[in-house]
Amino acid sequence: MLKKRIIPCLDIKEGRTVKGVNFEGLRDAGDPVELAKLYSEEGADELVFLDITATIEKRDTLVELVKRVAEQVNIPFTVGGGIRSVENAYRLLKHGADKISVNSSAVKRPELLNELSAQFGNQCVVLALDARPVNGVWKVFVNGGKVETELNLLDWVKEGVERGAGEILFTSMDHDGTKNGFALEALEAVCQAVNVPVIASGGCGSVGHFIDVFQKTHVDAALAASVFHFGEIEILELKQTLKKHNITIR
Amino acid sequence: MKLVIIDYGAGNVFSVKSAFERLGIEVSISSNKEEIMSADRVVFPGVGHASAAMEKLRTTGLDKLIPHLTKPVLGVCLGMQLMCDLTEEGNEKGLGIFEGVKVNRFAHELNIPHMGWNNLLDSSGFLEYISEDVYFVHSYFVPISSYTIASCHYGIEFSAALQKNNFYACQFHPEKSGKVGEEILNRFLNA
Repeated sequence: MLKKRIIPCLDIKEGRTVKGVNFEGLRDAGDPVELAKLYSEEGADELVFLDITATIEKRDTLVELVKRVAEQVNIPFTVGGGIRSVENAYRLLKHGADKISVNSSAVKRPELLNELSAQFGNQCVVLALDARPVNGVWKVFVNGGKVETELNLLDWVKEGVERGAGEILFTSMDHDGTKNGFALEALEAVCQAVNVPVIASGGCGSVGHFIDVFQKTHVDAALAASVFHFGEIEILELKQTLKKHNITIR
Repeated sequence: MKLVIIDYGAGNVFSVKSAFERLGIEVSISSNKEEIMSADRVVFPGVGHASAAMEKLRTTGLDKLIPHLTKPVLGVCLGMQLMCDLTEEGNEKGLGIFEGVKVNRFAHELNIPHMGWNNLLDSSGFLEYISEDVYFVHSYFVPISSYTIASCHYGIEFSAALQKNNFYACQFHPEKSGKVGEEILNRFLNA
């Protein structure tokens, strides 16, 4: 049986993790590779690296990082942040990334999704999106959630999958950072709208929130950052608890 | 021991190379026929579209070479599918190592690709006693046949691994399957 996935997300700036991590036993808590290895050993099913490096010149640090992760980590990982072309994606995939995630760049130029899936297959292409309700309608935002677009959430995920996205990573902006739980209704609406795996993101603060999202929606995976980085939730314990609730987990 | 990963421009081989290097094996990536024939172990990887991959194999003549290799060969993912007779993906003729086996597209209502961790069933051969979850990413599947040495369930039961003489094949990605994946690669090295 296919298992539900638990995915820690690491924000990367110039090759280092940002927002901080709080772990005993890590020699260098800022090194994404050390953190990735730790999560992998604890039972993470997959990893997401989100590059928030501001300047394009410093982006080479990301390629170096991808290479080091692929050398040392034996679970799949996705890389996102600033990927605008097939060439950008190729460099990361060639050095061992399993999937590429695109967000604002796909909104600005939706053909990017067609190009990426034609070149690498849709299993390599993750469409990440940030959305929140505006006057009762879920709207997609770009540039790290700063700029509202004309796009409705469900229209955009459907178009994205038609164009070649093989997975959806949906962050509810109003839930993100609140630790009040995932956006269950919107997530289920996304699951019903498409026939590719959906990753839930934004709002996770407790083990109960993971149980809720897997019991009340059809998402394939749940992503979180700070609850893992600050040791509030340990992946091993989380997975044991999920198993007790009959959620199929590795 | 010398291991060669066949380089025919189909997909990312860096992770496969790294996985074997972590096991202390000398790895080269090559399309050179002499080098492939003289290797102790050969890995036949593959990601992407079957037609594009077969086209590259035919252009380089590797399609004729691979079925005649005598050392242990491991096909991974699309590599395994191309070792069959025929695939629905582009109605492409494969290498025919697994005779009479035809690759089909998942036709059920479940999400496609089949992406994530799923457990092995009825393991035998070089996968004997392995029933853990391994990492799959694929939209086409190999039906159960006499070559099946492990199966997996996603809507229907399909072949997770095949074996015939010195030819081994995994639909899943052992190089991305954590500790159990490492064990599987080790078993191939000791095959």
